[in-house]
Amino acid sequence: MCVTLPISKTYNYTAIKNRQMAQQLRPSKPADKQSKIDWSRRQEAENFAETVKLFRQGKIDPDMFRRFRLQHGAYGTRMTDDYAMVRIKVPAGQVYPNQLEKIAQLSEMYSIGSAHFSTRENIQLHWVILEDVSEIMQSLADVGMTSREACGNTVRNVMCSPMSGVCKDEIFDATPYAMAIARFMLRNPICQGLPRKFKFNFTCCEKHGMIRIVDVGLLPQIQEIDGEKRKGFKIFLGGGLGNRSFVGHQLEDFTPVEDLLYTSMAVIRIFDRMGDRKNLSRNRMRYLVNDLGWEKFQNLVLKERAVVKATQSVIVKLNIDESVNEIQRPISVNDESASVPDGYARWEKTNVEKQSQSGFNSVFIGLEAGDITANQLRSVAEIIRDYSAEGFARNGFSQNIVIRYVHDDDLKSMYSRLIENGLAKTGSLTMASAVGCSGTTSCNLALTNSHRLAKEVQRKFLELNYDDDDDLKDSTIKISGCPNSCGQHQIATIGFYGGGGRHGTDMFPNYTMSLGGKFDEDAMLGHHTARVPVKRIIPVILKIIELFKENKQSDDTLAKWIDRVVSGNESSKITGVDDIKKAIAPLIVPPNVEDEPDFYMDYGSDTNYHTVTGKGECAA
Amino acid sequence: MCCMIDSDIPIINSKLLREKIQENSIRIVDVRREQEYQQGHITNSVNLPLAKLLADDSSESIQKIAQDLGISDETPVVIYDDTFGALSSRVVWALQYIGHKDVKLLDVTFSQWKDLGYEISTEVPEIETATHSVKINPEIMATAEYLEKVKENKNVVIIDNRERLNYLEQHIPGAINIPYRTLASDGKILRTKEGMKTLLKNRGISEDAEIITYCGSVGTLSGLAYYALKSIGVPNVKLYVHSFKEWKSLEKPIDKQENANYWDLSAE
Ligand code: HEM
Ligand code: SF4
Repeated sequence: MCVTLPISKTYNYTAIKNRQMAQQLRPSKPADKQSKIDWSRRQEAENFAETVKLFRQGKIDPDMFRRFRLQHGAYGTRMTDDYAMVRIKVPAGQVYPNQLEKIAQLSEMYSIGSAHFSTRENIQLHWVILEDVSEIMQSLADVGMTSREACGNTVRNVMCSPMSGVCKDEIFDATPYAMAIARFMLRNPICQGLPRKFKFNFTCCEKHGMIRIVDVGLLPQIQEIDGEKRKGFKIFLGGGLGNRSFVGHQLEDFTPVEDLLYTSMAVIRIFDRMGDRKNLSRNRMRYLVNDLGWEKFQNLVLKERAVVKATQSVIVKLNIDESVNEIQRPISVNDESASVPDGYARWEKTNVEKQSQSGFNSVFIGLEAGDITANQLRSVAEIIRDYSAEGFARNGFSQNIVIRYVHDDDLKSMYSRLIENGLAKTGSLTMASAVGCSGTTSCNLALTNSHRLAKEVQRKFLELNYDDDDDLKDSTIKISGCPNSCGQHQIATIGFYGGGGRHGTDMFPNYTMSLGGKFDEDAMLGHHTARVPVKRIIPVILKIIELFKENKQSDDTLAKWIDRVVSGNESSKITGVDDIKKAIAPLIVPPNVEDEPDFYMDYGSDTNYHTVTGKGECAA
Repeated sequence: MCCMIDSDIPIINSKLLREKIQENSIRIVDVRREQEYQQGHITNSVNLPLAKLLADDSSESIQKIAQDLGISDETPVVIYDDTFGALSSRVVWALQYIGHKDVKLLDVTFSQWKDLGYEISTEVPEIETATHSVKINPEIMATAEYLEKVKENKNVVIIDNRERLNYLEQHIPGAINIPYRTLASDGKILRTKEGMKTLLKNRGISEDAEIITYCGSVGTLSGLAYYALKSIGVPNVKLYVHSFKEWKSLEKPIDKQENANYWDLSAE
C-alpha cells in the first residue's frame, strides 16, 4: 500500500491530532527514541503457533507443552486451558514510546483492553486466547520486545531500580550491567532448564531496590584498589519470597565488575548442578543455600568462580554499553503563564522525586494495582515524547511507571496532561499505592481477589487524603491472593495473603496479616499477626493507623513505630504485637450471615465465597 | 472496479478512490451523522446516517434508501465512516442483502483521509434517483432461530466480535471470540488478506466452514467481521443482524466464564 499512516494510531484520531499540534508547537522535539537492543526472535512466534496446533491435536504431551509455553512467556489462566497470560519482558524496566503504543494495540486486539505493569518490571496481557499468543509475539518483534523466558525455570526478567542513573544516593548507574546480564542470559543454553526460576535485581541504592529478596541482588560500589578506583558490586545471594521466605547473604566485601559475569555463571552452575529438581515446593536456590548453610554455599561459589575463570577456553565477556544517553529537553515553549492546576502541590509532593541531575525530576505515575487502559498507554507514550529528556520510561516495581528527566519548568504542564488522561493519581510514592497480585482475576492458585482489594485500599487512602500524610509516607501495603507471595506481602509494612475462613458452615475470604516487613539494608520479613476477614481489612488498617497516631513519638513514622512494636521495643501503651491483636479483635468477629451477607462475599463477587483453585504452574 | 482493489487488502485504496472521485459512475456513501457530514465530507460523497438504515431493516426500506442515493444495481459503491469501518460494514451488508454486488469499504476512516490531506468538501452533490431491484440474498442473514438450529453443527463456527471482557461475562454457547479490534492492522481498518488468513489458521477456523458473526446489538462490529471474512473469499458467512441483544431478550441459553474476577483487571 502506498499510504503510510502513523503506526498503531488506527483508532485514536485525537491522539494523532494532539501529536501533530504538539509537533507544531514544539519544533525541537527529538526524534523518537527506540530500543537499541532487539530482544526478539521472529521464528519463535511461528514455532509457537505450530506447537500450539500440535498440542491441540494431542500430538504433544501436556506437560511438555506446558514447559514450552512457559519458556516462551505464556502462563496458564484461572480455570481454563483456552487462555494464557502473556508476560512481556522489559529488561531493566526500560520501555520506549513505540513499545507502549504497540502494547496498547495488542491489548485491544488480543486481550482485555488494559495491560498490567508488574512488580518485576514486566508488562502483562491477560485473558489472551492461546491460539493468538503467536500473533502477539510477532507484533512484539516489530518493536524489539520478547516474552521469551519470562516464565518457567529460566532467568527471569533482569530488574534494575527505576532510579538507576538518576538517584542521589547511587555510586554509579547499574543499568548497562543489568542490560548486559539480561542479554547474556537470554536464550543462553546454560539457563534453559534450571531447577527453578532464577531472578537478578540490580539497584541504585538500598532504598530503591529489592536486592535482598532475590537469587542474585546487586548494589553498585566503588573501591580503591592499589590507588585505582574500581567499579564493582556488593552481591547478595539466596534471598527470595514465597511460601517460605529468606533474606539474601552478601557474598564478599566487593566484587569487581570484571568478576560480575564469572560470579553469575558460577552461581547458576552450582544451582543447576545441586538444586533440588524433585521437590517442587522447595527448589528455589534459597532452599539450597539454607540446606547447605551459608558458609558452605559461599565457598562453593568462590571455588566455582575460580574454575569458571580458569577453564574458559574462549573469553566470555559481557556486552556492556556504557555510551551516554542523549539528554535533550523536548519542550521549547514554556507556559509559565499557565495557571497552576488544582491539586498540583499534593501531586508533586507524592509523585515526584528530584534527580541527582539538577533541574530534572523523576515522575511516578500511579496505577491501580498496575492496570492501565490502552488509551492511557498511548497517552503515556505521547507524554514521554513531550516531556522526558531521555525519551523513554522505566517500569517501577510497585506496579507503576516512572518518567524521568522531566525539567522543573515542565512539571506543571505535564501534570495537566496527566490529569487529562486520568493518570494523575496522587500518592505513588506513599503508602496509598497498594500492591496486589493477580489473585482470582486470572491466577489458577488464587484463593481471594487480592487484585481488587489493593484497588479498594488505595481508593480509601486517597479518599482520606492519607497520601498527603508524612507519617505514612515510608510505609507500604502489599497483598497476595494466596501464600505464594507474588504480591510481596512479606516485605510490606502491612502485608496480607489470602485464604478461606469459616463461620459455622459459611465460608468467607480471610487474609493473614503480617506487620513490619522491610526490604532495605535491615531487610526483615513481616510478623504474622492476625487473620482478617476481607471486608474488615480496611477498618483494621485504619485502626492500626489510629493506634499509631495515639501512641507515636513526635518525629515518628508508621513504619518506624510498627518496627518497634514487632520487635518489642515500643514503650507506649502498645508494647507488642499482642496489644495490636487485642485492639483489632472486636473488628474481626464474623457476623451471622443473615445480618451481613456482604461479609461472606469477596470483592468483585455477588455470590457467597467458596474456594476454587486450578492446577498451579508455579514450579513449572 | 477490480482495478481499485489492492491485491493484498480487499478494500478500496484511498489513493485510487481519489482518482475516481470526479467520475460520476461511482457512489461514495458517508454513514456518519448528518451534522458531521455537513461539516465536511469526502468530495462527491452522499450521506446515509446509519440510524436511518437501522430505523427500518426491511428490504423495501433498504431498496428505497439505495434508490434515493442514486444507487442502481450496477452502481459501484464505496462506503466510509469515522469509527473503524463497523458502521460502513453494516451498510455494505444491507446493500448486499438486497442483492447489490459492487459495494466496498474505504480502507481508511474519514479522519485519516482528512489527515492525509485528501479532498474534502461541504458541498452536497445533486442526486439523481435510480432504480434498484430486490433480489434477497438469504444466505448472508442469520436469525436467532436459525442460529439455534445450526449451532451444534460441526461445520458451523459462531464468532462473537465484542470485546473480550463482555464475551467472558456472557456469550452464545459454543461461540468463539474475535474482538473487532483484532480485524484491523496498523493504520488500516482491516488486516491484510494474509494476516486475516493467519488469524483463521491459528484459530483452526476452516475457510470452508459456515461462519456466523454477531456482536452486541445491531450487527455493526460483527458486520465488520462479516465483511473481513467475505473479502478474503470465505464463501459462507452470515451476519446475525440482531445479535446478542435479541438473543438475551429471547432468553436463549448463555455461557459464562465462571469462577474468575476478570473485570477487576480492567483499568476502565
Ligand atoms: C507456587 C507458585 C508461585 C510462587 C511461589 C510465586 C512467586 C512469586 C513471587 C515471589 C513474586 C514476586 C516477584 C518478586 O520476586 O519480586 C511473583 C510475582 C508474580 N507472580 Fe508468581 N508465583 C507463583 C505462581 C504464580 C502463578 C500461578 C501466577 C499466575 C499466573 C503468578 C503470577 C505472578 C505475577 C502476575 C507476579 C507479578 C505481580 C504483579 O505485579 O502482578 N505466580 N511470583
Ligand atoms: S500470590 Fe498466589 S494468587 Fe497471587 S499471583 Fe501468586 S500464586 Fe496467584
